[in-house]
Amino acid sequence: MTSLAFDRVSVRYGDRHALDGFTDTVKPGEWLCLIGPNGAGKSSLLRSVAGVVKHAGEIRVDGTSLRFRSAKRRAQLIAYVPQTPVLPDDMSVREYVVLGRNPFIAHFGQETKHDWDIVDDVLERLDLVEFGHRHLATLSGGERQRVVIARAIAQEAPILLLDEPTSALDIGHQQQALELVDKLRREHGLTVVSAMHDLTLAGLYSDRLCLLHQGYRVATGTAVEVLRPETLAEFYGVSARVHHEPDGTVVVIPYRAGDVGERH
Amino acid sequence: MYIEQAPAPAKGVIPARWWMPVAVVTACAAILLGVMVGPAGPEWWRVPLVLLDRLPLVSIDSGVTPREWIIIWEIRMPRVVLAALVGSTLALSGASYQGVFRNPLVDPYLLGVAAGAGLGATVVFTLNRAGTSSWIIDPLPLSAFLGGLAAVVLTYFVGTAFGGRRSSATLVLAGVAVTALATAVQTFVLQRNTDVIRQVYSWILGRLSTASWGDVRLVIPYVVLSTVTLLIHRRLLDVMRVGEDEATALGTSVDRVRIIVVIAATLGTSAVVAVSGLIGFVGIIVPHAVRLLAGASYRTIIPLSIFAGAAFLVLADIPGRILQNPSETPIGVVTAFFGAPFFLLLLRTRQANR
Repeated sequence: MTSLAFDRVSVRYGDRHALDGFTDTVKPGEWLCLIGPNGAGKSSLLRSVAGVVKHAGEIRVDGTSLRFRSAKRRAQLIAYVPQTPVLPDDMSVREYVVLGRNPFIAHFGQETKHDWDIVDDVLERLDLVEFGHRHLATLSGGERQRVVIARAIAQEAPILLLDEPTSALDIGHQQQALELVDKLRREHGLTVVSAMHDLTLAGLYSDRLCLLHQGYRVATGTAVEVLRPETLAEFYGVSARVHHEPDGTVVVIPYRAGDVGERH
Repeated sequence: MYIEQAPAPAKGVIPARWWMPVAVVTACAAILLGVMVGPAGPEWWRVPLVLLDRLPLVSIDSGVTPREWIIIWEIRMPRVVLAALVGSTLALSGASYQGVFRNPLVDPYLLGVAAGAGLGATVVFTLNRAGTSSWIIDPLPLSAFLGGLAAVVLTYFVGTAFGGRRSSATLVLAGVAVTALATAVQTFVLQRNTDVIRQVYSWILGRLSTASWGDVRLVIPYVVLSTVTLLIHRRLLDVMRVGEDEATALGTSVDRVRIIVVIAATLGTSAVVAVSGLIGFVGIIVPHAVRLLAGASYRTIIPLSIFAGAAFLVLADIPGRILQNPSETPIGVVTAFFGAPFFLLLLRTRQANR
């Protein structure tokens, strides 16, 4: 199992600071969920780990800075599921999933039988075998999400980054996708960092939440510690009740101003 | 019992693994046909016999006179081989540009490569072409390569500077602008050097008709280098299909792949443009035909384009030789004349199947 440490990580787009001095340590096998309003820096943090954007500060995987890793080696350690993955219409599911093997193939090399075996194994575990030769354009939203996760799993990286993995899915598929990630995490001892908008689901699946606001880390801890009405009001500007279920689930329920006072 | 659980996978008329042998056989058949047909020379059926006769350990009385053999071997054969090399290189480069720019519309012509290469070659013609005959390395392909490379780099930077992220439309528009610029400069250079105008224009219209083994020898190193480089990048072109960010996250050095592929494709295109003149349409039509028939993976498109491009141009060269005998129809006219309807037909049938 692999740890992921952030030491004053900052991301800038031109003059705008998207992320400022983020420091945290994700323990081996932990699921950290990044929450925060739009533009808080969640995606920027994930993108900096994936090597897609430049960052200041240090990101360390098992103690070694990513600066000293080649793009290939980094991809062997970190699998990244972007918010809106590019899914070429006329690419087949198998062709897409095998892209996850890219970090293990030499620049001039081609996939080996071993790579295809891994792809077929992943497709089987994710119930995608019958989709193998389907084109990506023909898949439903839930199927697409599973295919993207399949590619990340085929990468066999110990760290999995998920940017809004469920935002395009209905409640049933949200649960399916997150259960799948949780199962894979337990089977493979993955360290997971995800960005999520649904606070209830975030609290339900992750070990720890980290609240970002305007590029700064403003709170971290368990769902009970972070998801408090006054915190949500301050950083999301939302009127919400927080309900604690007997099993420990923290449910965030937004309410309309009219419920407590006059309606506009 | 047959239960259909999911819509059938995209299947063509021919199973995927058969496309490569089909393409190779087609290319060989096209080359043979190209050598057999011509206004002068022996009867067509004698040509395969005399070729077999030339093989070691084979002896057939083909009844071909030495003069006819010269027509076959010194006139038809280099022309057909050159057409095959030019066609395969243009198709392969077109496919590679489409992959690396993630844009199905680009080809060596639209990106300005051909016009830049044409300008580079024109400069060599105007600066004392006769004086370079003693050089060990002919400067014509090299100069064409520099012109072509300058054009594609300019297109790329202009197209991305104003379009923000690599937008399809701006890249194509920039290519059009760069082509216009290179053509304008070329015209200007020619106006000031009227003595070489005939030479340059006959070259622009295509020089396959005067092809010799010397032309083949001139391009072959460039073609081989470019083909091998592009062939080993076919898997990475598939990785690039998911976009720059994800390809990076998957461990690919996107910029390095892009630079190598663009240089290799430009080198090949420029070298063949330097000997054959400007032959349009092959670089866009052949990869698309391959894509429509055999699937969108570059692992398939790249190797198939090599043979399909060779077959296409060799076949396209045949009517030009016999239609208006003794004068010749420029091959670019033939490629467009036969290519465009064929392409439209492909598009239609493909859409009807969807």
